[in-house]
Amino acid sequence: MSEEVLQLLKEKFPEAVVEIPEGTKDPTAVIRRENIREVALFLRDEIGFNYLSFMAGVDYPERFEVVYYLYSMGREPQRSNLGPLALKVYVEDKANPSLPTVSDIWPSAFQQEQEIYDMFGITFEGHPDLRRIFMWEGFPGWPLRKDFENRTFTFQELEPTRPKPPYW
Amino acid sequence: MAVALKTQEIVLNMGPQHPSTHGVFRMVLTLEGETIVDLKPVYGYLHRGIEKLSEGRSYLQAVPITDRLDYMCALTNEFAYAVAVEKLADIKPPERAEYIRVILAEFTRILNHMMAIGFLFNDLGAYFTPVLYAFRAREHILDLFEWVSGSRMMPNYIRPGGVAGDLPEGFIPKAKKLVDHLWKFADELDTFLSENEIFLQRARGVGVLPPDVAIAYGVTGPVLRASGVKYDVRRAEPYSIYDRFDFEIPTLPNGDVYDRYMLRLLEWKQSLRILEQALEQIPDGPVSEKVPRRLRPPKGEVYGRIEAPKGELGFYLVSDGSDKPYRFKIRPTSFVNLGVLREITVGHKVADVVIILGSIDITMGEVDR
Amino acid sequence: MDLENFLPFLGEIVARWLKGFLPVWLVDVIMMVVVGLLIILLMVVVVMALTLLERKILGRLQDRLGPNRVGPYGLIQPIADVLKLLVKEDIIPEKADKLLHFLAPVIIVVPAFMVWAVIPFGKKLVAADLNIAVLYVIALGSVTSIAILMAGWGSGNKYALLGGFRAVAQLFSYEVPMALAILSVVMAAGSMSLQKIVEAQSPLPFVLLQPVAFLIYFICGVAETNRSPFDLPEAESEIIAGYHIEYSGVKWAMFFLAEYINTFAISAMVVTLFLGGWKGPVLPSYIWFFIKVAIMVYVFFWFRATFPRLRIDQLLNFSWKFLVPLAMANLLVTGLVVKLDLGYWGKASAYWAGNILAGGLALYLLGRFTPKKALA
Repeated sequence: MSEEVLQLLKEKFPEAVVEIPEGTKDPTAVIRRENIREVALFLRDEIGFNYLSFMAGVDYPERFEVVYYLYSMGREPQRSNLGPLALKVYVEDKANPSLPTVSDIWPSAFQQEQEIYDMFGITFEGHPDLRRIFMWEGFPGWPLRKDFENRTFTFQELEPTRPKPPYW
Repeated sequence: MAVALKTQEIVLNMGPQHPSTHGVFRMVLTLEGETIVDLKPVYGYLHRGIEKLSEGRSYLQAVPITDRLDYMCALTNEFAYAVAVEKLADIKPPERAEYIRVILAEFTRILNHMMAIGFLFNDLGAYFTPVLYAFRAREHILDLFEWVSGSRMMPNYIRPGGVAGDLPEGFIPKAKKLVDHLWKFADELDTFLSENEIFLQRARGVGVLPPDVAIAYGVTGPVLRASGVKYDVRRAEPYSIYDRFDFEIPTLPNGDVYDRYMLRLLEWKQSLRILEQALEQIPDGPVSEKVPRRLRPPKGEVYGRIEAPKGELGFYLVSDGSDKPYRFKIRPTSFVNLGVLREITVGHKVADVVIILGSIDITMGEVDR
Repeated sequence: MDLENFLPFLGEIVARWLKGFLPVWLVDVIMMVVVGLLIILLMVVVVMALTLLERKILGRLQDRLGPNRVGPYGLIQPIADVLKLLVKEDIIPEKADKLLHFLAPVIIVVPAFMVWAVIPFGKKLVAADLNIAVLYVIALGSVTSIAILMAGWGSGNKYALLGGFRAVAQLFSYEVPMALAILSVVMAAGSMSLQKIVEAQSPLPFVLLQPVAFLIYFICGVAETNRSPFDLPEAESEIIAGYHIEYSGVKWAMFFLAEYINTFAISAMVVTLFLGGWKGPVLPSYIWFFIKVAIMVYVFFWFRATFPRLRIDQLLNFSWKFLVPLAMANLLVTGLVVKLDLGYWGKASAYWAGNILAGGLALYLLGRFTPKKALA
């Protein structure tokens, strides 16, 4: 089912789709970062992918990737048959990574984008409330990047970076 | 709201240490009298960096870490991880292992729903009595888990490729007796709790979640099905051997707190149906594939998901061919379900926030990871 | 001298001995002080027993044992609790209003003790047989609301403030139907003195003549003492202990003491007004009194273990929209029956008819306007 969707996507947005990788376990399409919003609107409204399961960020040596997994969920099981569709967006600029937000298209992206910002440092343009939700404002570094050390941090190292009361 | 009277809004912090926030969850409420005007959730009090930790461990070493995600139902977390890794590395576990996994997963589902119902009533104010009745039955199930895996809470039993060891002698008859007892206990709880006048007054019409809002916010699990949307990963994308069993997916139309409670009770009974069938059909045979200790899956990425008791739990794994995962992303049920909290609480009273949170049924281990 | 007159007899002997070498007025004062101290001592012992009993009974209802470590069957548990509370550090928050914070426990506990001056323990065992005893009891019950508001405001904590608001709203909403229910008993008995009300309850106790008033008074009594299912001001799972959140040590013990003494007092009032007080065959009157009060206290504990809690607006709706009209209807029926001169059994049957009518109508209306389980 999703293979036909991929073909449809390639026909409708020829310049937006960068590539459709072969041999992946789930149907994947790589989208250009400027066109992600119009592709998302097309997928949600025309085809019916109304359920964004999650967004993940991955840190490769030459770029960041943000992966969106879409499903469709209808009121009856018969309509819940559009299987997973993975959209990937490459973010080449590692110094100032940013992407347009999709939180107004799929509201479940609101919290997921906050988490990706917190863990990777990728900003989302147009997000209403982009803040660090797990770590605190002022935490040195972005935890899930590969250049962030995978070790234990001591209290003495981190205490100066914490906000002082009153902080709400 | 304050047209003729000059009132002032107060900001109340239902802080991380609170008897009813189901873990260390903080909400900053803006109140006008007793009505809630705004709610801002604050996470991060239980953030342990699980995703980063797992990047430094091999695929087998990451199994105990997945236990500690949703610590109340640990076996389903391991099940989801096993499904994802098996999808990545193309391993097919043997039949007996699949049946054992399904049996333990359904017991875990019952465990979770008992606890969710009990703690919902605790939040309502019925001073621990339903909690203790539910825990009395939970103890039987936890005894079974301890017998099988050696530990009640962090079993570390379901692994990619199968399960860690075979079931002990006499497990199946004992499990069948327990299933009979649980049928009776479900009916008992139904009699005590479902027609309680005060519960009806408190829970009917409170925290209504319309179905399109639920789908848009990515809510899954009992919360979604209580709003009328019939979506269950066991039917939408069948994994393991769930397509062999005959069970229904209950839904309820209203989407308020009462419906979420009732749906958990109905799902509990459906789980008992699956358990009866699985305990009949379980074959003999090996319990694990020969999976190398340092598993090296081929390069690629995969998303494997299951229907955990709280909703859809999945793992997005990226492998670069080595024996450690390159990216270990958890799709957390409770975190995504909590996104809808603000929508459904604004306009209700302080006393309702607590029961709405209780009916969504979160575990902070999953939210914060 | 029989068992009945035991305590008054003892009092007489002591008074006569003291009159031998002290002026009469001083002996009277000393006797009053001694009686007061005896009542306070009795109350403290009863509260200690009640704390242990509540935990044991709640435990048994929840399929577990209560405290059983400290002494055989946990009998020394209350003493351990009291010792712990006495040696705890007294913490006063920085933003608290010191005077209000200090006075609130005092003001809540003194009226609780004062109520016991008029309750008849036995045929000759009432400390002060006031002829406006009922008015005295209702007035003292209202002082609790001001004390709770002082505690809520003076703690400088928003949770306490919320608890204080809810408590005041609840308490004065439930005083109106309580007063109306008591009023119908007073009209039926013809006097406000508690001793005379008990004596007017032969051969039938008022619970059989005025069942609706009994239910109304019991429900309002549960609400007045902030116990489940009306324990919203100190709701543990929402605003964590509400108005006494910032109190520790002896001051918290005072709040605790006041709550249990109030529970005991409301049970005693229910027994006195409706269940025939100290009347009963064979056994001495004070033993009957304690047995009946023990049964009512058990019902209080039973409520706590069983019911979830109501929300504040549902509480207030219940009181103003249901209990007050029902109490007024009951008052109307009582007034009619008292005015008509029908003789004892005629009056009894008239009461019955009126109550069944009013109660039936109320239940029918309740049934029509509450949410049902199978709602579409």
